Amino acid sequence: MMGIGPILAGENLSFGYPGRRVGQGVSLGVKAGEVLALLGPNGGGKTTLLKTLIGLLAPQAGRVVLEGKPLADFPVTERARRIGYVPQAHAGAFAFSVRDVVLMGRTAHQGLFASPSEADRALALAKLGELGIAHLAEQPYTMISGGERQLVLIARALAQEPRVIVLDEPTASLDFGNQGKVLRQIAELKSRGLAVLFTTHDPNHALRHADRVALLGRGALLAEGPPAEMLTVESLAALYGAAIHALHGSNASDMAFLPA
Amino acid sequence: MVARRAQAGLASGLGLAVLILALGIVLAFSVGRFPVGTGDLLTALWSRLSGHPSGLPAATEAIIFNIRGPRVLAAILCGAALAVAGAAFQGLFRNPLVSPDILGASSGAALGAVIGIFFSLGIFGIQALAFAGGLLAVALVYMIGSAIRGSDTVLVLVLTGVVIGALLGAGVGLMKYLADPYNQLPAMTFWLLGSLSGTDKHDLLPLFGPVLAGTLVLFALRWRMNVMSLPEEEARALGLSTGLIRLAIVAAATLVTAASVAAAGVIGWVGLIVPHLARFLVGPDFGRLIPTAAIMGGGYLLLIDTLARSAASVEIPLGILTAVIGTPFFILLLVRARRSWS
Repeated sequence: MMGIGPILAGENLSFGYPGRRVGQGVSLGVKAGEVLALLGPNGGGKTTLLKTLIGLLAPQAGRVVLEGKPLADFPVTERARRIGYVPQAHAGAFAFSVRDVVLMGRTAHQGLFASPSEADRALALAKLGELGIAHLAEQPYTMISGGERQLVLIARALAQEPRVIVLDEPTASLDFGNQGKVLRQIAELKSRGLAVLFTTHDPNHALRHADRVALLGRGALLAEGPPAEMLTVESLAALYGAAIHALHGSNASDMAFLPA
Repeated sequence: MVARRAQAGLASGLGLAVLILALGIVLAFSVGRFPVGTGDLLTALWSRLSGHPSGLPAATEAIIFNIRGPRVLAAILCGAALAVAGAAFQGLFRNPLVSPDILGASSGAALGAVIGIFFSLGIFGIQALAFAGGLLAVALVYMIGSAIRGSDTVLVLVLTGVVIGALLGAGVGLMKYLADPYNQLPAMTFWLLGSLSGTDKHDLLPLFGPVLAGTLVLFALRWRMNVMSLPEEEARALGLSTGLIRLAIVAAATLVTAASVAAAGVIGWVGLIVPHLARFLVGPDFGRLIPTAAIMGGGYLLLIDTLARSAASVEIPLGILTAVIGTPFFILLLVRARRSWS
């Protein structure tokens, strides 16, 4: 029924907060087995667009469509079974164990008064294992590193058993090694047939790990398409309002951008 | 291995809580003008259960069932209520420094009670007004807080609670200013500092009913409460209708707080400290935290109440003892156990 159409899409979206419009006229979708990267300057509306696409903010105009139906028609639990959200890692107020944090991803699969079942626990441990952090299960979430927390939040989103995973700047504030770990996981999510949407400040992450890239500046979609075509010195300079250098390797497809 | 250690930690944490409660009960009966030994206490309880005569003096039975017993039960119920409500609010507001009166339950109840004293209502009228005042104050805070749109719901709710609490405090001040300084004012002051000295068995049912109902609701929602301690947007993205669940938690926690304040007056610190201790023992998961906090809170307030009626020739107000014991204890917690909630 869905065919090759997008699982999650915004149609001519205007988005923002009550009394303040952040962006308008954005149409954007992500398909199964595809990674879409959203690039844009600070304050350009990336996070606001993300929150609108996953239903945390109501669109001011246009609509969000999930599996071909308006997102507004899905109850919150039904949304949470289809869309996994990975926020930027934060320490949290209380020292829940890593296993309990991942178990919270099972909430939408349980009744109102239920607690996680044995099956939920097994699934949570399996997700931790898939991310290579099963050894952290009994650690307090507050005591692990920022990179580990980001992986735990990805495991939590996987525990939702969603079809789409949306990550808000998953590599921000991570060291180089942890950025690599998270980006490899994004490739892994794609290979399992999930639709993946992530925002990033690093065009190189989009260049290497995304199938498509969308450039969002001042609340409008400036360009959208394959990274190799969309990401150029000119388009990035226009997006960020700053000079950009491109470095080229011996291979034509090997390139990277640096702020000048 | 690690899991087994966590299990052991859980068992010993709950065990320690039960031990504190048991110690509290034994001490409460054996200390006072008419000490009742643990043997006599068990004999009397067994005779009630089995229907056989206990062979104890009638005075001992009267002390157990009519005087000290109701007071012991009231102390346990009030302590449990305050600790459970404190744990619930700390999770809901994602802040370990929150106490059960954050939304004005205690100030509302206090105003209700001093109005009752001012108009010379009987003890039942005073308690009913205190109970209603606590519920009304939180309902008002909740309605105002929900009507203010467009920003951080939780923060708006807390700030509204602070503002309304200050207004209710002014109301209490006014009633004290207008009160007859020889009879009413001491009664108001005594009530505002918290005491169980007037408790009898007729006070138990109006206390037990709301405390049980509210605690059961919170326990039923224990897993949702874990998720509610995440930032609001994350909780919604995980599939929670955060508005409804927040309302249920606030209503249940307010019910138990108002019942406790109506029965025993304003007793600070219990709802702040005991959840910390309980979290330190069994971790933040509400499935374990609620029972542990309830049992510890009951034992803690019972020990305090025993001290209050035996340490000096006059009864010391509970709120004063909980503050004197609570402050250094809390500072110690801040220094040593910050890991458990930072």
